[in-house]
Amino acid sequence: MLKIVNLSVSYGPRRVLKDVSLDVGSGEVLALIGPNGAGKSTLVRAASGVVPVEAGSVRTNGDDLLRLPAMERARRLAVVPQAVALPPAFSVWETVLLGRTPYLNFLGQVSARDEELARSALARVDALDLAGRRVGELSGGEQQRVLLARALAQATPILLLDEPTASLDLHYQVSFLETLRSLARSGQLAVLIALHDLNLAARFADRLALLVDGNVQAAGTPHQVLTPELISQAYHLPVSVVPHPLADAPLVLPD
Amino acid sequence: MQTRPYFLTLLFLLLAIALSVAVGSVFIPPADLWRVLTGRPPQEVTQAAAILLDLRLPRTALLLLTGAALGGSGAAYQGLFRNPLADPYLIGVASGAGLGAVAAMSLGWPYTTLGLLAVPLAAFLCALLTVALVYSLARLGRTVPTTNLILAGVAFSSFATALTSFLMLRSQDEVRRALAWLLGGGSVAGWGAVLAMLPYVAAGLAGLLLSGHTLNLLQFGDDQAAQMGLPVTRAKTLVLVAASLATAAAVAFSGIIGFLGLIVPHLMRLWFGADHRRLLPLSVLGGAGFLLVADVLARIVLAPQELPVGIVTALVGAPFFLWVLRRAKGQGIW
Repeated sequence: MLKIVNLSVSYGPRRVLKDVSLDVGSGEVLALIGPNGAGKSTLVRAASGVVPVEAGSVRTNGDDLLRLPAMERARRLAVVPQAVALPPAFSVWETVLLGRTPYLNFLGQVSARDEELARSALARVDALDLAGRRVGELSGGEQQRVLLARALAQATPILLLDEPTASLDLHYQVSFLETLRSLARSGQLAVLIALHDLNLAARFADRLALLVDGNVQAAGTPHQVLTPELISQAYHLPVSVVPHPLADAPLVLPD
Repeated sequence: MQTRPYFLTLLFLLLAIALSVAVGSVFIPPADLWRVLTGRPPQEVTQAAAILLDLRLPRTALLLLTGAALGGSGAAYQGLFRNPLADPYLIGVASGAGLGAVAAMSLGWPYTTLGLLAVPLAAFLCALLTVALVYSLARLGRTVPTTNLILAGVAFSSFATALTSFLMLRSQDEVRRALAWLLGGGSVAGWGAVLAMLPYVAAGLAGLLLSGHTLNLLQFGDDQAAQMGLPVTRAKTLVLVAASLATAAAVAFSGIIGFLGLIVPHLMRLWFGADHRRLLPLSVLGGAGFLLVADVLARIVLAPQELPVGIVTALVGAPFFLWVLRRAKGQGIW
């Protein structure tokens, strides 16, 4: 569904992504893990067309997303950013309706169908009751849900998320990722999510890709990627990997 | 669509227009006013008719256009830079436009037909150059930090103002006119000025009124706006050109009128919300009304002497600005 092929990005002389190739299938959640500065955010931004790409392509159904105009791209791929510095005075409803932009004229006039889709997007993230609130009044977890709803309102087959759980507490992290996974299954979405927390990634993603210094060091099931050797090397930190006591997922613990 | 905000703002504007036409060194009773406007002036009110048609109405029209342009472009700049403190004055656009206008005047282009076209054009070009310069000076890599933007704007503003003074002192004959103009006011009013100003303001405001959705998207930052499908560079350029066009026209015909472009959008946002599709038209209407009221005050405070309207807007505007500064620390209205 989503095919990132040999993507390379440089900031000035520094190469931040080097020939990155990844596949995400429909209904699948691929978690992008790796230390700070490995290029996770850059990958999300490059794949969504907001940083210039040196080489490579981002393909879906034969289209190269990077060659499409912004509006066409936004009908195929939506991004959930971290909920920081959101304009506080917008209402949740106005915010989610903005997700309909790729289907609107430049005046942004919405139809009944747009409103219907925005409402259903809010319902799918369990945030319908927030519709009338101002974004600035919401908790971090609620804001993150609103941004997910906005991306769902874009009605795209591909969803990219940039560390959406970074500022959430454990309860919100788990419920956000659970929601995301069930949305991926039910809507047959291809989901690529940059995540900091290795254990949450192992718990909720179908596959992991370990990014180190702009290279994909390893990709595969959580058991294949979260090995003591790979993780110790990537994070420069000795770690042990033990099985989750209740679920079929590895747990990474620093030694 | 909510109509109450429009109704209230329009009502305010209509009252302001009525005040602006009626009040002055000669008071014109509303009944006479009506007769003149409907084209049935009896003999005894011909003097009133002359005052009204040749002096007051063009002045009112000019100030209306100016206030509309400043209110609308203020809202646009604040939205574009995502900064509650941005206005045409703070980021230097107005001073740049003033420099262009004075430069054109000091070259001896009078207020003939050619001058009427040349002065706003020079003001517009200098306004655009200023925006481009300030923006690129403030830029750090891919971002334009707000503090940099305002610092660069203030610095360039001082520079342009100094250069403007220099030009005015060099061209002795033009000094008085330029000075009176620079302080703001309808001193160059006349139907010719109104007609010359109209296309610039109309084009600028049309561009702005179409940009509400764009500005809503940009409130989430360039990246998110692009990810939601906005061609960011093109959209921002359109807003910038339109706002600078409106600002330049206002400055070219009415001088530097500070703070209006800052206050009016804030009030509208405070009362009627942050949706730019609503905020822009309301700021246009509110800006026009605000300037007309300020002008009425300017005419009556020291009557029969007139204060430059720029003094009144700053007298009201500066305290308001300080208040906004304090509130901007909390979550407040932004």
